[in-house]
Amino acid sequence: MSNIQTLVCATAGSVDDGKSTLIGRLLLDTRSLMRDQLSHIEEASQRRGLARTDLALITDGLRAEREQGITIDAAWRYFATPKRRFVLADTPGHVQYTRNMITGASQADVAIVLIDAERGLTEQTRRHLAITALLRVPLVFGVVNKMDRVNFSQARFDELVAQANANLSQLPWATTVRYLPVCALDGDNVVERSTRIAWYQGPALLEELETATPSPVEFSAAVLPVQWVIRPQREDYADYRGLAGRIASGRLAVGDPVIVAPAMIPSTIKRIDRSVTDTRPAAKRGESVVVTLADDIDASRGSYVVAGTELPEGLAVRHAITVEVAWMSARPAVKGQRVWVKHQSRRVHAQIAAITHKIDLTTGASVPTDKLAQNDLGTLELVLGDSIVATTYVADRALGSILLIDPTEGDTVGAGLIVES
Amino acid sequence: MLDVVLPHLAHLEDEAIFIMREACAERERPALLFSGGKDSILMLRLAEKAFRPAKFPFPLLHVDTGHNYDEVIAFRDRRVAELGERLIVAKVQDSIDRGTAHDETGPRASRNRLQSVTLLEAISEHKFDVLFGGARRDEDRARAKERIVSVRDSLGQWNPSAQRPELWSLLNLHIRRDQNLRVFPISNWTELDVWQYIAHEQLELPSIYYAHKREVFERDRMLYGVTNAMRPQADERVFEETVRFRTVGDATCTGAVRSQASTIDDVITEIIASDLTERGATRADDKFSEAAMEDRKREGYF
Ligand SMILES: Nc1nc2c(ncn2[C@@H]2O[C@H](COP(=O)(O)OP(=O)(O)O)[C@@H](O)[C@H]2O)c(=O)[nH]1
Repeated sequence: MSNIQTLVCATAGSVDDGKSTLIGRLLLDTRSLMRDQLSHIEEASQRRGLARTDLALITDGLRAEREQGITIDAAWRYFATPKRRFVLADTPGHVQYTRNMITGASQADVAIVLIDAERGLTEQTRRHLAITALLRVPLVFGVVNKMDRVNFSQARFDELVAQANANLSQLPWATTVRYLPVCALDGDNVVERSTRIAWYQGPALLEELETATPSPVEFSAAVLPVQWVIRPQREDYADYRGLAGRIASGRLAVGDPVIVAPAMIPSTIKRIDRSVTDTRPAAKRGESVVVTLADDIDASRGSYVVAGTELPEGLAVRHAITVEVAWMSARPAVKGQRVWVKHQSRRVHAQIAAITHKIDLTTGASVPTDKLAQNDLGTLELVLGDSIVATTYVADRALGSILLIDPTEGDTVGAGLIVES
Repeated sequence: MLDVVLPHLAHLEDEAIFIMREACAERERPALLFSGGKDSILMLRLAEKAFRPAKFPFPLLHVDTGHNYDEVIAFRDRRVAELGERLIVAKVQDSIDRGTAHDETGPRASRNRLQSVTLLEAISEHKFDVLFGGARRDEDRARAKERIVSVRDSLGQWNPSAQRPELWSLLNLHIRRDQNLRVFPISNWTELDVWQYIAHEQLELPSIYYAHKREVFERDRMLYGVTNAMRPQADERVFEETVRFRTVGDATCTGAVRSQASTIDDVITEIIASDLTERGATRADDKFSEAAMEDRKREGYF
């Protein structure tokens, strides 16, 4: 059994491929919709003169979305079956809102990329497949939807699978996608196995999700990025310096020797608290804790407390990084541009030293370039004004990822994945 | 221990604490919205875990419509005193007295919308750059779309089609001088999660969350308690009923539900069995239009 308590799933694919309908179907057939939600969409469908209840109305929550009939931003839904809890992020298909799809996919254990059986792969389907590959979403399902429109044809399904795989194989990032034929409108292979698609023997999507065991690669050594230093102005805590943060990787125990990086000052873990009334001998990845050290050293926000007497293999103090980026700003990325880089709880100044190439989404191939436009996926080199202590993205999603932030407006302009220089 | 008995809740707690610390570290003048309701009571416990043994790095802020249940205000003041933290009360009545807001007229008048005015006035008076709110994505269709860190302009407006991407667990808390942030640490919690956490932490709640006898009347198929601000019309019959509240907002738009649930375990059992959402069962303010919450958020609402 998987140890993932709550499976986070993101849906992707072109506009109108049926993402919202699929989610609506999942919620409906697992009885996750409440009576008032159901009557709400039934009434709304009737007002619009629709012959049947439009399941997509469940996730389209904004006025503009309902008016334009498209999904603009990701919607988060929570539901549970007796086997597992789920978070579903329904992300938009429109190219203009790719950044919102990346938001959903970056946090997901599982991506569900829809492909319209009739229309086939669009540029946006290819972009979304490429993004899930770039982000190394641990498990990707290619859901070939609207099988009713192609007479549930196995030949058409096989053709689309071959096309998608051909595209994926050109990308610099290896992924395997599991494909399944679906009709979201009627529910075939969503919660129940379909009787109309007899040639497909595999489980329905929900069964796949209930039993999926996505296992992302995780860095094994303990790293605690310091978020906040707790210094109570109280006599009974006169010399107290609590280093508060969320453990990014590994497991940290009282008595462990540590290095405070990037200053590289050695010390020992004296105490670990989950709260003032909950002291622990150890804590692991994902836990928000307060740690005190045996020595009174200068660790502050942006420091990294790393287990060991020296930095473990794979974790390095970096002054320059090469990153694969998904560029999100309407202003293109150009050489010489200044940005802020946020890695864990550390923010440093940086400059784009070079832009080397980008992905041609129709072929999947890398092509040389010196500029990245909005929604481009490419590679660039950054020189940092101060160091960060990081792994590569393939070694660890959390310790190998950065935000690129526009220093003037404060907006997030890129999602960066650190690669080996 | 929470991580042993309810590991998914421990994970939500870890996430919420991370979000609170990150926002306090990166911004200068945060405040935490505290109404005396269950979600904000839970937020206070999370703040204790995030910042004790030190004091909170922010004051608490209550936007007070003046249309309250007395039990909730008494509870609010007692809880603040126990914690030894500072509470700022921003009163809708003061905005009305200043002339910046006007009471709605008619029998259905509510001060719910006026809260946005008072909230924005408090933000500018105290120069807050972050407000922590206890909103959850499972509450409403528009909330389901909002980021954990939500950028608002100088009028407090939410622009849903221009939200910042939120990548991995990296939070971008940068803003321009004219902007401010709403930060929602319990975005990913459900109503059931909140109750299970309250049970586990043995958090005390205002008594109106549990079944009690109350004078009520029925309007639009919802039950309302009779208060100073909420009076029945001539054709609305007042009767006594055993009820509880699932949310405690402004008394003019928060309905009660018939319930016998007098302990927290009863409440949890009731929620698991319920086929209505929390807001669908009790909030009149969201019933007016399909996009009621979105519209209020665009006006600067929480
Ligand atoms: N025939 C057929 N139509 C579908 C199916 N799934 C979705 N649709 C229709 O495709 C249209 C777009 O669906 P929607 O869920 O809004 O797509 P989204 O833009 O990806 O969220 C709607 O008219 C749906 O009713 C399906 O399996 N078969």
